[in-house]
Amino acid sequence: MSKKKSANRYFLQGNEAVVEGALTAGCTFFAGYPITPASEISEILSERLPQVGGTFIQMEDEIASMGAIIGASLAGAKSMTATSGPGFSLMQENLGFACIAEVPCVIVNVMRGGPSTGLPTNPAQGDVMQARWGTHGDHPIVVLATSTVQDSFELTIKAFNFAEKYRTPVVLLSDEVVAHTRETVELPPREEIHIIDRIAPSMPPEWYIPFEDNSRGVPPMAAFGDGYRYHVTGLVHDVRGFPTQRPDEIEAFMKRLFRKITQGFNEIQMTKDFMIDDAKVAVIAYGSVARSAKRAVLDARDRGVKAGLLQLVTLFPFPRMKVEEVLRQCRAVLVPELNMGQISREVSRVNQGKCQVRKLNRLDGGLITPEQIMYELLKI
Amino acid sequence: MDHKGTKLIHKYLRHDKKFPHVWCPGCGNGIVLGALIRAIDKLGLKKDDVVMVSGIGCSGRMPVYVDFNTLHTTHGRALTFATGIKLVRPHLHVMVVMGDGDATAIGGNHFIHAARRNIDLTAIIVNNQIYGMTGGQHSPTTPYGCKATTAMYGHIEHAFSISELAVTAGASFVARGSVYHAQMLDGMLEKAILKKGFSVVEVMSNCHVQFGRRNQMGDPVTMMKRLKDHAVRIEKAKTMEPGELEGKFTIGILADVDKPVYTEEYEKIREGAKR
Repeated sequence: MSKKKSANRYFLQGNEAVVEGALTAGCTFFAGYPITPASEISEILSERLPQVGGTFIQMEDEIASMGAIIGASLAGAKSMTATSGPGFSLMQENLGFACIAEVPCVIVNVMRGGPSTGLPTNPAQGDVMQARWGTHGDHPIVVLATSTVQDSFELTIKAFNFAEKYRTPVVLLSDEVVAHTRETVELPPREEIHIIDRIAPSMPPEWYIPFEDNSRGVPPMAAFGDGYRYHVTGLVHDVRGFPTQRPDEIEAFMKRLFRKITQGFNEIQMTKDFMIDDAKVAVIAYGSVARSAKRAVLDARDRGVKAGLLQLVTLFPFPRMKVEEVLRQCRAVLVPELNMGQISREVSRVNQGKCQVRKLNRLDGGLITPEQIMYELLKI
Repeated sequence: MDHKGTKLIHKYLRHDKKFPHVWCPGCGNGIVLGALIRAIDKLGLKKDDVVMVSGIGCSGRMPVYVDFNTLHTTHGRALTFATGIKLVRPHLHVMVVMGDGDATAIGGNHFIHAARRNIDLTAIIVNNQIYGMTGGQHSPTTPYGCKATTAMYGHIEHAFSISELAVTAGASFVARGSVYHAQMLDGMLEKAILKKGFSVVEVMSNCHVQFGRRNQMGDPVTMMKRLKDHAVRIEKAKTMEPGELEGKFTIGILADVDKPVYTEEYEKIREGAKR
């Protein structure tokens, strides 16, 4: 950490804040593969993790990185990887494994322009739907989006907490601008930060049924080597973890996977609002674009437009309730994105004619500026 | 439970697992699993300390039947999962069971890098020269000229030698055995498990259903005899002309070297970094 200003204030870039968040959350294992603009996370953790008794390993590719963090998590560690679009695509195979085997882990995707090698050093938000639907099969997943360096710290902790609490992979979407912007952040004292650890089985091994349902839908998780010898598989399995073809067992299992996330909607679906109470037009934004949007809202208010901002912190499960409130209240909403409209389609989906939904898209590798957003706000 | 009077394998099979298993009658996988269990039992490893990891394929189903910490991963990726487990809990004995397609086609990259890193894992590769579970497609070890469901006119690619690949990639211990030479296999597996560093045991096996049948190699017994006839001990092979080894395979220990082990080296890094 560099340039310490006062007790808890630091001057950090987004990628550094992710590292601080991960270490604060208790991450002790990181596996990754070099890729711009995420490499700083690997570099810093390769130095920091051994200092705290943790493990860093650079794997041969992103497929292997994802496999290694799943293995590490099954052995009891809080684990993470970080990558960008093309590497994220390689992780999708094993991300599906983490979903079905309910292995807590965190995947940071620092988005850059795409598809393919695309624009490695420019920001973009093209991986929103990749984060949601990138892996095969029907599955729930938690996707968070950071817009500031402070967010990067706090959301990394949240990502670990959700991963541990719900036994699910959590994707944290950052982008090139958030990753490389340096800002002052305040890191609260350790004792003020709420850290969640997975629940270990409290029963003796012979009573442990590793994938048995309970009121939370999240079974306690034993680590390999703790005396609870059980089977983990990417096949659909019964409550004991053994592969099954029985429709009743398959359905119960798949429904529990979805239910455990649905039951957590209230806490998982996070949004931030800004001057939204009396807003007649609103911006719905996330990631680095939300920064521009905040400024645009102020500028629009200066010009007499009652504008507000709903920032989506959680992208999936899509925070439908909060979005619907804004759609009911406003005559128009603007969804600016660094893609052709991946979240605006979600907004339109829940809109159902309540309100006018406008898009503002930029794909040239630049950021959406406050002026662009304000201009659109003045038009609607 | 008292296991006296029952076969050794009953001590290690999962009694709550739904049997029967998925393997065809006459398959070599059972012999490999039996040898592995005998090796584990002889070494007196605690069940809690054994992790058995597998990929996808017929051999990938091996862990589900045995009472260890077991993990059935994605196709070709077993070694990557095993790497994560071993690094977090180095005291665990992590054994990785793979097939030839699993380990050297889709998982080829992970295989050579696990060997190069010298992580203390025991890789057991059941080489039946075909993709059995998916219906007999050619694998990286299918011999030139053989037939497969994706090589109906005869295979025109050349086969990998898995063990030689492992030696070149830097594995600390490499041995090749066969399901015919079951006792020899026991010993190889024991040595491989004890070895500090990345160890590979390649087991030549028969798939009479998907490989033998299509290539007129006969029933399982005939295929086993074939393994016996085609196996040449490494020591003997050294005295033979290259032409005499045509179509045969060597069995024995190809490499047994000592070099720094990843987990031990990393522990030194931790000690240094904490200062």
